Amino acid sequence: MAKIIVVTSGKGGVGKTTSAAAIATGLALRGNKTVVIDFDVGLRNLDLIMGCERRVVYDLVNVIQGEAGLNQALIRDKRSENLHILPASQTRDKDALTLEGVETILGSLSEEFDYIICDSPAGIERGAQLALYFADEAIVVTNPEVSSVRDSDRILGLLSSKSRRAEQNREPIKEHLLVTRYNPNRVDDGDMLNLDDICEILAINLIGLIPESEAVLRSSNQGVPVIHDDKSDAGQAYADTVSRLMGEDVPLRFQHVPKRGLISRMFGGGGRR
Amino acid sequence: MKLLEFLKGERKKSASVAKERLQIIVAHQRGHRGQPDYMPMLEQELLEVIRRYVKVDQDAINISLDSEDDCSVLELNVTLPNRD
Ligand SMILES: Nc1ncnc2c1ncn2[C@@H]1O[C@H](COP(=O)(O)OP(=O)(O)OP(=O)(O)O)[C@@H](O)[C@H]1O
Ligand SMILES: [Mg+2]
Repeated sequence: MAKIIVVTSGKGGVGKTTSAAAIATGLALRGNKTVVIDFDVGLRNLDLIMGCERRVVYDLVNVIQGEAGLNQALIRDKRSENLHILPASQTRDKDALTLEGVETILGSLSEEFDYIICDSPAGIERGAQLALYFADEAIVVTNPEVSSVRDSDRILGLLSSKSRRAEQNREPIKEHLLVTRYNPNRVDDGDMLNLDDICEILAINLIGLIPESEAVLRSSNQGVPVIHDDKSDAGQAYADTVSRLMGEDVPLRFQHVPKRGLISRMFGGGGRR
Repeated sequence: MKLLEFLKGERKKSASVAKERLQIIVAHQRGHRGQPDYMPMLEQELLEVIRRYVKVDQDAINISLDSEDDCSVLELNVTLPNRD
């Protein structure tokens, strides 16, 4: 039985797709059979971030409507044989998804995979609700910014009331907080919410902290999930996040501005990137 | 602004303003969690009815639904203005 994890946020553009791609890739690199599903029907992006856009033939909607089989729609990742991508449709609208259709697909995938990662669309409407409905765990992606934190709290409300686990009175969805685009310099200046405050306000368990990083744009340009860039801060931060998801206890990094060494202080030089 | 901050010429850091605002918003949202979807509409319509008779503010009404085992209680709190 696969573990179904939704990557969700409420607010748009906070880093759900970036995170879903990185985490799915990380899980696969660690030997887990993983599939990542794009639920953003009509506005698909995951294929670009995963670098498989030219190999998309069939999509989630085709499978739900019986126009293609699941195995025809699944794309095998170029870099990791444990990883598959199920793209969203570019042309249909989100009403093409049905609860029963999604349930059937997740049911078949569950037999084959260890992890199913669902990349949710923004918002709290139908598309986002379908993406989270069958989840066992949720990664709530939040930026250090008021509207993002408020929307994350709305999503927490949905997770605890409008999911299958909630409706069947089963053990609730396990909620994880993933803070992304964190900039410790601005936190030190007092102009960005700090990590402890965000954790205190949302009151859920922290799974990872991803710094604002130039590596993210670079990797999306190339269609290679940032976790492959293991020299980069964001890549390392996602690798830590994956370890924690797998139950390991790893210390938090990138929370503070690195102390500059004597040499760099003597010779000036910019901050780290 | 506190006097000391004022004398030192410091403005309140924007992040701590953000935190205070969020604490209030989140507390409010959580108070409404798990309530039936019709509650905001009900609240709005009740407010309109009350306003036909008394002049009250938008936030003068507070409504909540508590469920116990076999009954639910709809609690309605309206703060009326002082009589002149
Ligand atoms: N840690 C980061 N550092 C810098 N830029 C980032 C970071 N994370 C995400 N971004 C950038 O933010 C933008 C939005 O990211 P992404 O598409 O992953 O968000 P999303 O939540 O999936 O958006 P949508 O709600 O539209 O689906 C992208 O341009 C991405 O490159
Ligand atoms: Mg996205």
